[in-house]
Amino acid sequence: MSEQDTRRATTYREAMREAIREALLNDERVFLMGEDVGHYGGCYAVSKGLLAEFGPERIRDTPLSESAFVGAGIGAALGGMRPIVEIMTINFSLLAIDQILNNAATILHMSGGQFNVPLVIRMATGAGRQLAAQHAHSLEGWYAHIPGLRVVSPATLEDARGMLATALREPDPVIIFEHNTLYNLEGTLPENAGPVDIDSARVRRTGSDLTIITYSASLFKSLEAAESLAREGIEAEVIDLRSLRPLDDATYLASIAKTHRALIVDEGWRSGSIAAEISARIMEQGFYDLDLPVMRLCSAEVPIPYARHMEEAALPQVASIIAAAKRMVAHG
Amino acid sequence: MKKENEKERLRRFLREMLLIRRFEEKSAELYSAMKIRGFLHLYIGEEAVAVGVMEALTPEDAVVATYREHGQALARGMSPNAIMAEMYGKQEGCSRGRGGSMHLFDAATRFYGGNAIVGGGMPLSLGLAQADKMQGKARVTCCFFGDGAVAEGEFHESMNLASLWKLPVLFICENNLYAMGTAIRYTQAVQDLASKGAGYGVQSSSVDGMDVEAVEDAARKAAEYVRQGNGPYFLECRTYRFRPHSMFDTELYRGKDEVEEWKKRDPISLLSQRLKDEGLFSDQEMASMERDVAGEIEAAVAFAEAGTWEPVQDLTRFVYSEKRAS
Repeated sequence: MSEQDTRRATTYREAMREAIREALLNDERVFLMGEDVGHYGGCYAVSKGLLAEFGPERIRDTPLSESAFVGAGIGAALGGMRPIVEIMTINFSLLAIDQILNNAATILHMSGGQFNVPLVIRMATGAGRQLAAQHAHSLEGWYAHIPGLRVVSPATLEDARGMLATALREPDPVIIFEHNTLYNLEGTLPENAGPVDIDSARVRRTGSDLTIITYSASLFKSLEAAESLAREGIEAEVIDLRSLRPLDDATYLASIAKTHRALIVDEGWRSGSIAAEISARIMEQGFYDLDLPVMRLCSAEVPIPYARHMEEAALPQVASIIAAAKRMVAHG
Repeated sequence: MKKENEKERLRRFLREMLLIRRFEEKSAELYSAMKIRGFLHLYIGEEAVAVGVMEALTPEDAVVATYREHGQALARGMSPNAIMAEMYGKQEGCSRGRGGSMHLFDAATRFYGGNAIVGGGMPLSLGLAQADKMQGKARVTCCFFGDGAVAEGEFHESMNLASLWKLPVLFICENNLYAMGTAIRYTQAVQDLASKGAGYGVQSSSVDGMDVEAVEDAARKAAEYVRQGNGPYFLECRTYRFRPHSMFDTELYRGKDEVEEWKKRDPISLLSQRLKDEGLFSDQEMASMERDVAGEIEAAVAFAEAGTWEPVQDLTRFVYSEKRAS
């Protein structure tokens, strides 16, 4: 086994922490700020230990002032720094959406190209931990609606480890969405794991019968469903979008040209969702490759409920993905 | 000799205020002539604030401005040509015609934009100041906002964070007594705005915003306090807008007598009268200054008229930076 092939066990959380630590070590302009990132160690323990290593200038606990500290991140980026701003959870980001849309995403264009905003915002997203209706939504699609932003959604350990470094090299704002059910994801990474691109989708499983287009935690549900379908002779190709803005149309269209069936699995609400956008793009660019209409599996259009069985019912699940895939294969 | 310097200084203040006044009167005229469109918010009456405050800043300092920022931009030293062209929507404008009256930007003078979300510039000023502090630069970020912004959460969040982190921000509140058309008595439980700094441990004071010398003196002391690393300073400048909020405002919310009363304290008249009373400025000199200013504005209008339209194919430029990884 060559040195390159040496792998070590890690978790999504640790991969993310390593990425932040590496960024802090490599570039003195980088600092991390957000609620509870310092003394507490991060709401999801991502930044645990970093305060002791890097000190309070670079690991900054902020007051509960999302608009102020996100705006401060924008200002610091304008002022020559490379801030990483952590927002505890996606629902809280709504308290800062004015800064994200009206400033971060807008200043470059509005200033005629004079001022770019090299800011990285990280936040937890998604349901599955019984956190109820103010901590568990998937609003990534809202952010993906906004020109001027890059929106990425690392699902794998490689992406958790590698997307941040690339995002910090971008001259424009990047939002990294970390699904809160993924932090404990275990696996291995190569010793030399490093930056990965943040533009392209990846085929995570190849198959010939249908294409499942998904991202974030739904990737693993989709892969599990695909394994189960394979046992019944249905081979699903599973695409991990990775980037929600820009969308890598070419990768999923190439897959659909092969499978002729497209199922989109998205934890966001269906109406006006990223799934709707992808479906429209497939109709515009891949209509004649389809044997039957695109199908979407999204979250039920309800606030995410607390009770376990209700929360599960609200989300796309392995069983519902299998059922949808079977219906598509049977009808087309 | 000292007297001579003082005279030159005051004449410069007068000229800067006069430039803003005449520039804006011309802008209103051009608005009626449909050369300028969108929203146009005039600063007329408030000139002493921008002129006095900018005097306290160095070229390395940063400015975060409001949507009523022609005066702030001119006093900061931005080119009247580029500002006028911007209002015309021409690509020779300071924001290539993408921003218009409310969004003047200029990298050369570190002018980080007219911000049209009330209070929205305040968090930006924190970060600009934080970047300076982390990079060991003894610079000041000067953040303008109005009395309306004091009701926004961002004012309170920003005052707290600036104080907590001892950030070098000079907060300048232009209190013109109206949040658009709603008088401060209908919006603020505590109308003494400068008193709000105490709750955040922010050094604060208020100053007569119609007196350019008083503003300059207060701003200089405040900026020095900030520059020395003492943390932020909150200076409330009590001023008044003589014109309507924007070109669409019919001013139903205030009486003409109130406006006339404030006009007696017109910052330009106050200073020119003082100069004349002290024998530092003659009517002929005033007339000469007026001609000089008129010439500068005429040149700005000519520059804007001669400007060109950005090609439509450039519409999507600068949504993202044109160069990616460095």
